[in-house]
Amino acid sequence: MFASCADPETLSGLNWLACYLTTGKHLAFYGAFGTVLLLLAVTAPVALLFGFGGAVAARSRIAPLSWLGRSYIAVVRGVPDIAFFLFFVIALDQGIEWLRHKAKCPDWDQPIRQGNDFIVCAEAKMPLSTSAQWVHEVYGFWLAVFTFALVFGAFAANVLFGAMRAVPRAQIETAEAYGMTRAQVFRRVLVPQMWVYALPGLSNLWMVLIKASPLLFLLGVEDIVYWARELGSTKTPQFTAYPHGDWRMWYFLFLLVFYLGFTRISEIVLDRIMLRLSHGRETLANHARTGPIGMNKAGPP
Amino acid sequence: MSCYDTIMDYGLRSLGYGERLLPRSDFTLCQQFVLIGSGMIWNVYFGLVALLSGFVLATALAVGKASRSPWFRKPAEWTIFLFRGSPLFIQFFFAYFLFLSLKGQVPAFDALTSAWLGAAVVLFFNTAAYSGEIFYGALRSVPKGEIEAADAYGLSGWAKFRRVVWPTTLRLAWPAYTNEAIFLFHATTLVFFSGFPASRQQGDALYYASYFADKTFNPFVPYPILAGYFVLLTLVVIAAMGLIGRRLNRHLPDAAGAPRRGGLRTIFR
Repeated sequence: MFASCADPETLSGLNWLACYLTTGKHLAFYGAFGTVLLLLAVTAPVALLFGFGGAVAARSRIAPLSWLGRSYIAVVRGVPDIAFFLFFVIALDQGIEWLRHKAKCPDWDQPIRQGNDFIVCAEAKMPLSTSAQWVHEVYGFWLAVFTFALVFGAFAANVLFGAMRAVPRAQIETAEAYGMTRAQVFRRVLVPQMWVYALPGLSNLWMVLIKASPLLFLLGVEDIVYWARELGSTKTPQFTAYPHGDWRMWYFLFLLVFYLGFTRISEIVLDRIMLRLSHGRETLANHARTGPIGMNKAGPP
Repeated sequence: MSCYDTIMDYGLRSLGYGERLLPRSDFTLCQQFVLIGSGMIWNVYFGLVALLSGFVLATALAVGKASRSPWFRKPAEWTIFLFRGSPLFIQFFFAYFLFLSLKGQVPAFDALTSAWLGAAVVLFFNTAAYSGEIFYGALRSVPKGEIEAADAYGLSGWAKFRRVVWPTTLRLAWPAYTNEAIFLFHATTLVFFSGFPASRQQGDALYYASYFADKTFNPFVPYPILAGYFVLLTLVVIAAMGLIGRRLNRHLPDAAGAPRRGGLRTIFR
């Protein structure tokens, strides 16, 4: 990075540290924070979309659709989410390859599951084994986004389902009395009003989502946990110009501090939003503060 | 090999009894059920230990946070913030490497680097922080009338806390605390996927489920089995907490039935 870093063995003290912290691998480590933030930025709206779909399905008057929505919420919430992460990454991967296999190799006569193997034709591999490394990484990232969105969609669905029920009945009845159809009531009255009821739950969900982001590591993405383990482990002089002992503890301490700062900032911002939204709605503001468990610490007095 | 033999071989495999080698080929459904079930022992162990010990610290944290003296309030606030503000996953990693380096200096810390103690300690602090926040919220919403009534009866200090404030706090916090208990049990699946290694392949339910998924490359059998076990465990937790909740509320005219599954939190924290 710096010109003075050419010969690390002559360095000492802060100079050494400055050079050490700007090696190529460390830059990749810093880049991984971007990956995490990108994951959060992409997942949050997609999960909200899933949640909206789930909540609408659960409220539906068509029985099978309602069962589908309700079981989506119940199953995903009832099972440890980490199991879902591990499950979906393989299941999605196999599902996509299976579909591509059916489409691209119709005259393939062998079974796909042979004992303990899952075999599809070469053209159906996803991504193709000939494609570049970055394609594999991007594919892995999108698989992770989809999995996160699916799991957190169920939680968002639960929040939105509750919020839709929290909209005062009188509002709906008034809208109906004005002659609005069901769709119009939904669009013009229910949805605009539900957000303020959903916000405490959604902001809590955002905090949970932040704290779930290190699980990217389990999905095979080279994220901050991966790099912290990689960079922190003992380095001997044969393999690196910057030998050091087992520093993983300090790397994870750094991650811990990063997350503490991140959640704290989110907490402050969300409190501000809540305060603004509940402006002039005294009861609601009180409800939001003492409301659901796991809520942020009590807001301003 | 009949299923009975499999149960004899693998029923307590997660604790190190029975057959040493895990099945390597020709996996049967029975093997998957038995081994994953055997792993559940660890999940129940971690959950129970953390829940029971965490309850004590949680009460202390709640009282500390509500205290007027900064000497009690600040440490309680910081403990709660530290464990609620960071992911459990990172806490496990950090704690494991911390224990490792402690062990390098003081051999007495040896046991902390193995999951049965080290992970239990992390879960203990984690659940204490979350429950402490729940209890703190409940403590602040104890009706003023009850406190005044206690004062009128001449109760003060410890007697007032033990006989009036604390029972009411528990009563108010119980539905949320039930949630916390459920998610704590879910959180136990993180142990063997973070820093803590599973020695001699003695892992928890998820450890064995992912073992089978890796070996068979078929996630559609082991994970649903795991899900089934956890749904059962969740039902048991709800029932047990419901019984306690009913006992807490036994003097009320409309004794609350099963606790609601209201709020929301997951294992990631």
